[in-house]
Amino acid sequence: MSLRIVVTVKYVPDATGDRHFADDLTVDRDDVDGLLSELDEYAVEQALQIAEDADDAEITVLTVGPEDAKDALRKALSMGADKAIHVEDDDLHGTDAIGTSLVLAKAIEKAGFDLVVSGMASTDGTAGIVPALLAERLGVPQVTLLSEVSVEDGVVKGRRDGDSASEQLEASLPAVVSVTDQSGEARYPSFKGIMVAKKKPVQSWDLSDLDIEADEVGLGGSWTKVDSATERPARTAGTIVKDEGEGGKQLAEFLAGQKFI
Amino acid sequence: MAEVLVYVDHVDGAVRKPTLELLTLARRIGEPVAVALGSGAENTAAALAEHGAVKVLTHDAAEYADYLVVPKVDALQAAYEAVSPAAVLVPSSAEGKEIAARLAVRIGSGIITDATDLEAGDEGPVATQSAFAASFTTKSRVAKGTPVITVKPNSAAVEAAPAAGAVEALAVAFSDKATGTKVTARTPRESTGRPELTEAAIVVSGGRGVNGAENFSIIENLADSLGAAVGASRAAVDAGWYPHTNQVGQTGKSVSPQLYIASGISGAIQHRAGMQTSKTIVAINKDAEAPIFDLVDYGVVGDLFDVVPQLTEEIKTRKG
Repeated sequence: MSLRIVVTVKYVPDATGDRHFADDLTVDRDDVDGLLSELDEYAVEQALQIAEDADDAEITVLTVGPEDAKDALRKALSMGADKAIHVEDDDLHGTDAIGTSLVLAKAIEKAGFDLVVSGMASTDGTAGIVPALLAERLGVPQVTLLSEVSVEDGVVKGRRDGDSASEQLEASLPAVVSVTDQSGEARYPSFKGIMVAKKKPVQSWDLSDLDIEADEVGLGGSWTKVDSATERPARTAGTIVKDEGEGGKQLAEFLAGQKFI
Repeated sequence: MAEVLVYVDHVDGAVRKPTLELLTLARRIGEPVAVALGSGAENTAAALAEHGAVKVLTHDAAEYADYLVVPKVDALQAAYEAVSPAAVLVPSSAEGKEIAARLAVRIGSGIITDATDLEAGDEGPVATQSAFAASFTTKSRVAKGTPVITVKPNSAAVEAAPAAGAVEALAVAFSDKATGTKVTARTPRESTGRPELTEAAIVVSGGRGVNGAENFSIIENLADSLGAAVGASRAAVDAGWYPHTNQVGQTGKSVSPQLYIASGISGAIQHRAGMQTSKTIVAINKDAEAPIFDLVDYGVVGDLFDVVPQLTEEIKTRKG
């Protein structure tokens, strides 16, 4: 029987661009290029490796986002995912993490799954809670923050490196997995991969396909409200000295002046 | 006065500093009721009472150690139902955020993660967060349900405020899902004797310029002279020079110490995301054009192999 893997990915504003907030205090996506969140590339990579080790597996890559988010799906398809689902709806604008997890969970259930693989966090919001939220909503085990993962005989195993200990985890499928940037370098799409990806199917679903009401998501339905976003004032220029033999001592003098010594 | 649930992060009864900070913040919005789970839970009571907990709800069971996250969610939900609090506060550790998120879905509430400050507002607690590599500061609140908020370490100064801290046993019935993810082995991280990276008042970090695992002792010696934690940039971690658990940045740990010293780190946006909220920033780098110098209060353009040992010696001399 085929192993059905769903990889959740996010289309995020490029961190090296000039990221800022729009007037409605959502992330402004117009002034900065978007891309597949780097941390999700690790999820795609691990899904590909799990699929390669399975007798028969199919990888569906799933995103919730605006029109441009298709770019993130194309990247994942060019890496080797089999098909894609794009949940797109004007009413989704401004959806927060809880709302996003609702949409993702409904889409994952509709698609059918044995294993969900996510990145440890998005590179824009960086909260890192969506995988746990998905496990809660789907009612399946969470096997999260893995630096190593494998699937065999319907059991997922992995290593979670926490602050105080390194843990070996184990759960029966279906399950939700999230992987860290330590799980293994993500492959680059090959030229052939890019060409093949253009022919792979991308389904588009909207809220009505998922039986979600508009007021459950979006800015209006959000479980949290951002009241203000203020740009951090630029730091005042610091003192910069060139080391001409006394740089360490000069720095010690500064630290003493600041009462750190 | 409204009660506020505070989830306790502790190791065998020793309460970790971020929880004490949380109690300080909790007192701004109500009366803290602490929830301590697992081995040694009852031993947390004295420290929690000393810092303002009016009540300490405790429960221990093998499930907390043997299975991942869900048993703790079940227990926090039991505490929530027993107390009906005005807010639930959880330390922003990786596990803390997962516990808080799952609780939020269960009780139909919104969640705010990685708050760096908290104050009472007309429509519930207002949380400060930083966004986009700390280039923006936002103020947010939970719009639906009971606010569930996770708070980053170093977000408040710990203040003592003795309270009753009466210990009460929490009744917990684990859900069917509690045993879904088994912890089959656990290897404790070897203690370095240095402060925990995310909690440390001073962090000394090394990057690509350190040029080899063997050279990290230079960074460690400086850290030890200041009683600091050691951090590393992603380049240094990816090269295998220092463990991933010490990585500072977007994909590693986010730190906000009183003093951050970056050595041989250029200051790519991914690194800045993890340290830009540090109060005082110092950098040592050969490249005068390195972007890290845009952030610093004090920078030395020079070879870290000259500057860092001299700095370490000078600190030792001054400290006598």
